[in-house]
Amino acid sequence: MLTILFDGIAYGMLLFVLASGLSVTLGLMNFINLAHGSFAMAGGYITVILVNRIGVPFFLSLPIAFLVSAAIGFLFERTLYAHVYSKPHLDQVLFTIGLVFMSVAATDYVMGSSQVFVQIPTYLQGQFEIAGVGVGRYRLLIIVLCGLLTIALQFILAKTRFGSRLRAAVDDSRVARGLGINVNWVFSLTFAFGSGLAGLGGALGAEILGLDPTFPLKFMIYFLIVVTVGGTSSITGPFLASLLLGIGDVAGKYYVPTLGSFVIYTIMIVVLIWRPQGLFARAASR
Amino acid sequence: MPPPPIAIRVATEWLSARARWQPLEVVFWLVAFSAIWLLPERHLILTEIAWLGLFALSLDLILGYAGIISLGHAAFFGLGAYTAALLAKYGIVNEPVLAMVVAGLAAAALGFATSFLVLRGSDLTRLMVTLGVALVLRELANRYGWLTGGADGLQGVTIGPVLGMFRLDMFGHTGYVYCLTVLFILFLLARRLVNSPFGLSLMSVKGNPLRASAIGISVDARLVAIYTVAAGYAGIAGALLAQTTAFASLEVFSFDRSADLLLILIIGGTGYLYGGLIGAIVFKFMQDYLSQLTPQYWPFWIGLVLVVIVLVGRERISQWTGPFRRFAAHLSWRTLRRRLTVSPGEGH
Repeated sequence: MLTILFDGIAYGMLLFVLASGLSVTLGLMNFINLAHGSFAMAGGYITVILVNRIGVPFFLSLPIAFLVSAAIGFLFERTLYAHVYSKPHLDQVLFTIGLVFMSVAATDYVMGSSQVFVQIPTYLQGQFEIAGVGVGRYRLLIIVLCGLLTIALQFILAKTRFGSRLRAAVDDSRVARGLGINVNWVFSLTFAFGSGLAGLGGALGAEILGLDPTFPLKFMIYFLIVVTVGGTSSITGPFLASLLLGIGDVAGKYYVPTLGSFVIYTIMIVVLIWRPQGLFARAASR
Repeated sequence: MPPPPIAIRVATEWLSARARWQPLEVVFWLVAFSAIWLLPERHLILTEIAWLGLFALSLDLILGYAGIISLGHAAFFGLGAYTAALLAKYGIVNEPVLAMVVAGLAAAALGFATSFLVLRGSDLTRLMVTLGVALVLRELANRYGWLTGGADGLQGVTIGPVLGMFRLDMFGHTGYVYCLTVLFILFLLARRLVNSPFGLSLMSVKGNPLRASAIGISVDARLVAIYTVAAGYAGIAGALLAQTTAFASLEVFSFDRSADLLLILIIGGTGYLYGGLIGAIVFKFMQDYLSQLTPQYWPFWIGLVLVVIVLVGRERISQWTGPFRRFAAHLSWRTLRRRLTVSPGEGH
């Protein structure tokens, strides 16, 4: 029971790190980015190449995965995404689906279509028991790392100057622009940071979620659930939604395996019908 | 207060002028039907184009005419496919046309039930809900493997002869005639529908729901109606697929299918009925060509086409085809008759 809860929390934390960038981009630019998973996949494959082929230590590969994914995100944002913000949602959906298809096929071409695993260090494998609860070492690491990241994110958002600019831009980008905040620049940085977080999540999650070229398609719906159920106006909403989703998914697959993901999708539909703005969203300001 | 008679007359004339058949439309269907005799060796791909065109047409009804973005239209397509295949497999309905109608009705029923879910919320919510419905159905088909064959697909389906007379052959000859006829009949219905006052009110809903309700159009009822009809069309398209291939698998519910469908509509253009059909023709030949070129990686090129279309801008692409469409619009029966009677050279 508690082990399931533990696994669910680890899974949820991972989902949060993966999806938090998406929630900011969606809230800030009202931009539907279905290709967010592609950046996560990039991070995962970077780690696989670094650790398995070159032999870089696992802990060193994580920041590299973050930086490279962030760089890719920044590049894409500046060159491609920037042209699509002002277009209707249909165009955004088409554009990002196109990117997903391209990234899936390109990864397949370069890395092969089979599932790959990161060779995690031996001291992170296996599990130990605390008061009768089986605790996986790797999952504990994920919870600790993601927990620290969440606190750091909350701190950046609540206490720093950049955070207050970002919050201002999310709340009302026109007024923020009027106050002299360079919203485009804030957005580029946030996009890059979000892509980096996705890449880090992909690197950490390759072991648990499994990594193959269809990753962006498989987890697209999960990221979107986190964002739509959690709402886009804060970081706690998506965080709680991720935890719920993670625990719900793990528990659902354990207790009622015959129903599988059915439970999650049904809950998502019900929640969206009940609260279209998200479970934890404030009253819509726009 | 009833509207003055003159207003009614003007409106009726305008509507009937809108609904008049254009010469190019006649040519389109003549070419499509003449392919029965002229291109017998391409009947397999033409069959696919016919049901794909019908499927795209059904999405256009809700996207182009009602403005609902759906990423889960494959839900109705898949339900239709499974219904038709199951009816044939267990010998409940052996005759394909009747089975197709049943499949269409089943999909329409599901469309009606889920239409209430897309009435509320933003584009993103609608995307998620439609996608979620398709995923739930896929999950159900996967779970009830004893009925649907699960991940292996539904095998051992034998389709009876169409109308009890024409057996579906492996070269797709009967299949093409069958699919094209169904497509044509349903196209006529859709054409009637969008050129009716109902169709006009739909387009006003798409333009501005608030104003539409202000002039007395019940927005929700219109959306429910068109969503149901479109779902039924998609179900029939799925039934045609299942019947012409005698197979149904989980792939009918896949996300890729819904995404491809959006691409088809974008290639052909949304908001006019031929968009889906033309898009299906272009898409199918493009896919055929690309998958021969790179069997495994053709989605890359499909994705590239999507990205380029959006970056260039859909409006600009329709500008390029603008002269052609102006010509088509200009080419009414009267000008055609005039051009035919006036000998070339001394004309305009």
